[in-house]
Amino acid sequence: MFRWLRRAYQIVFLGFFLFLLLVTTAGLIRGYDVQWLLEFDPLVAVTTALASHTLYGALLWSLVLIVPTLILGRFFCSWMCPMGVLHHALGFLARKRRPPDRARQNAPRPSHKIKYLVLAVMLGLAAAGSTQIGLLDPIASTWRGLATSVMPALGNLAFGMYQGERHFQWGTLITLVFFGALALNFVYPRFYCRVLCPLGALLGLLSRFSLFRITRRQEICKGCKFCGADCQGAADPQGTVRATECMVCLNCIEGCPRGGLSYRFLPPLRFSTTKIDLVRRKWLGAGVAGVVAVPLMRASDGVEPRPNPARIRPPGSLEEDGFLGKCLKCGACMKVCPTGGLQPALNEAGLEGFWSPILIPRIGYCEASCTLCGQVCPTGAIEKLTVAQKVGEMPARPPVRIGSAFFDKGRCLPWGYQTECIVCEEVCPTSPKAIYFKMETVTARDSAQKTLKMPFVDLDYCTGCGICETRCPIVDRAGIRVSAANESRTPRSSISLTGGKI
Amino acid sequence: MTTDGRPNPYECGPVQGNHTAPPPDYSGMDRRGALRVGVTTAMAVGSVALGFALRDRGSHKNTRALPTIKDHRADKPAGATDMAIVRGSDPATNVRKAIEALGGMGRFVRHGERVVVKPNIGWNRLPEQAANTNPDVVAEVVRLVVAAGAGKVWMTDASVNTPEQCFARSGIEKAAKAAGATVVRPDASAFREVNVSGKLLRTGDVLFPFIEADRVINIPIVKQHGLSLASMALKNWYGVLGGQRVKLHQNIHLSIIDLAAMVKPTLTILDATRILLANGPTGGSLADVKQLDTVAAGTDEVALDAFGATLLGLNPNDVGFIVEGMKAGLGTPQWHNLKTVELGG
Repeated sequence: MFRWLRRAYQIVFLGFFLFLLLVTTAGLIRGYDVQWLLEFDPLVAVTTALASHTLYGALLWSLVLIVPTLILGRFFCSWMCPMGVLHHALGFLARKRRPPDRARQNAPRPSHKIKYLVLAVMLGLAAAGSTQIGLLDPIASTWRGLATSVMPALGNLAFGMYQGERHFQWGTLITLVFFGALALNFVYPRFYCRVLCPLGALLGLLSRFSLFRITRRQEICKGCKFCGADCQGAADPQGTVRATECMVCLNCIEGCPRGGLSYRFLPPLRFSTTKIDLVRRKWLGAGVAGVVAVPLMRASDGVEPRPNPARIRPPGSLEEDGFLGKCLKCGACMKVCPTGGLQPALNEAGLEGFWSPILIPRIGYCEASCTLCGQVCPTGAIEKLTVAQKVGEMPARPPVRIGSAFFDKGRCLPWGYQTECIVCEEVCPTSPKAIYFKMETVTARDSAQKTLKMPFVDLDYCTGCGICETRCPIVDRAGIRVSAANESRTPRSSISLTGGKI
Repeated sequence: MTTDGRPNPYECGPVQGNHTAPPPDYSGMDRRGALRVGVTTAMAVGSVALGFALRDRGSHKNTRALPTIKDHRADKPAGATDMAIVRGSDPATNVRKAIEALGGMGRFVRHGERVVVKPNIGWNRLPEQAANTNPDVVAEVVRLVVAAGAGKVWMTDASVNTPEQCFARSGIEKAAKAAGATVVRPDASAFREVNVSGKLLRTGDVLFPFIEADRVINIPIVKQHGLSLASMALKNWYGVLGGQRVKLHQNIHLSIIDLAAMVKPTLTILDATRILLANGPTGGSLADVKQLDTVAAGTDEVALDAFGATLLGLNPNDVGFIVEGMKAGLGTPQWHNLKTVELGG
């Protein structure tokens, strides 16, 4: 009975997750808080707060999970986690047939301690200012996997009827990691959850204090081990129950043929253990490794002082330091971007910024009156903007700039080939247009004089939206391209004196 | 036996053991053997046949017959009005009066016919920014077409900005739906390849309603344009195309004429409720918008564009596609010489 109640909850939460994912697209999004489940994630709250020294308002939802976890234990993993449901289902398919074999699959192993080290490394990274939790956090990973790999594949098969064709650069990597994690269930059920999941580790730590615990009545037990046959957390219900590993799936209670197990309020302490069996030195070592990794990563060529021109951040993004402290790489902004231009970075933002969002204007531009990426960002790495803020009103209120456009005169049709074009000027959304032309008389190959409209960029008006690059008729590398220079999120990027700041 | 009585190792003794088995029969085939031969032969023949069937005969892709868009023009009743210009504060009333002056929608749409209306929904802009056709004008045209007994009314355009946002923020999708139109968004699946057979353009991907409809109604807005000077009725046919239409700008005037010669609409309603005087065709600033409260309707796109050009302060003879349109026989820029009715204002 408990089991069916749990399954009902799992299906409801997965359905809810999928619904929020589905409506995260320009045509369907309303005022929903589409990142609601991610905002429940205390690990996101803890790491982003550590890294940025502020807690983004919506992440207060995570308190709603911390408090019941302190009381009930690590129930989240078996009742709410969308990735947990998928792993639960696959683990069920991959399990062995005979209950004793299954009990052996579900035995505690030393490797299950790895997740605590993963957590310590992640917290160390965050303490030093780099949020990398999204790479392994189950909700962020599931978001990213579905949003940039599974949904685009399904949508493209359906002729783009859902949200138009979508392509994500090196999405194959995301696919491999996402499905690779799922495939680990064939090693043994819930491999990822038991060995790697840092959120599970954090909730496990909180569960050390839990008031409700599984207990086994030793006077009834005949040692059949049926209770361990489907134990999700490998919590050893046939021995001393491990409170930190128990996911409160309640399979052990249903599995016991003699009714010897129960989930009880304040059972005697000797029936369960809260030991993780990691000496302090290992905790510290992992944490320090995380802290030290950040200056090491930043000493490499990734971010400063040689910013990559392709590191074009979504409009409203914080300065790079703050951005890397908050961005989870969950892919919500990439999913909602109406043109599909927001893409997971590879090396454009350094190793630290791997899979963080950048705009690739050749794929899609930044729609002038759209502020959806900031609306769906769960951590405030991209701030919420109003259309008026984003568009600005020159010269009093400058617009939000994400970069600026530069002509490649050898590839531009009027400049390089004396051919009429001016598509960039036509599509330029600012008013007055950032791209303007002057009439120039040129000499064609046959010595004929020809008067052409030659395009120029006015940096005061250019917002770097990139529609000129998207629409440029030079099909592969455009004749006008946007680079991140002159983005308005930091005065350091400014290239003109007009901003007033040096 | 050898002479010394020992066995000769090279001599064959009596056969041991298996001597009762019958010798193999090589003379014929049993049933299983026949089956195997049959299967092997079938696979051999099949693979050869499949290989030849799939053989690449070289790329002669353009040999397949592509559809052509038919001529949608309606017969002109004797003495009918060619063009109507109506001024008034309500755009819908202006449309209604203009169509009445031309002889009513019944002149253009017959009972049960399938009609596509083509406003300009190119940009992610609000109605007051005058980058897209006025939604009230579009809705009124749809209502008149429905009232004329049309079997189906499609409303579509291939936007330049993100289609769902253009369709929503222009207000046109909602207004057209409420008036009874089926909205076709320019998804990849909505385009079919057709023969353009123009001077520059051979083939193109066109929104399917233009191939399937019996009648086509063009509802452009009057705007300034950086390259072609103006965007009105003839230029509006860029919006039937998908694919790499940005290439057309290399010879914008002739491309416009190629597309206009391909579509040949039944009726054109020129929306000059608000016109965009600068920073076109995208606009954005209300300072560039001028409210004229005018709607013109007619069957001659060149004449309507010549009239529209005067609203923008242009001389029609300076506008390349108007001159080329006249040369190509699509109409006359001398709209004063047509049978024209002017009402209001």
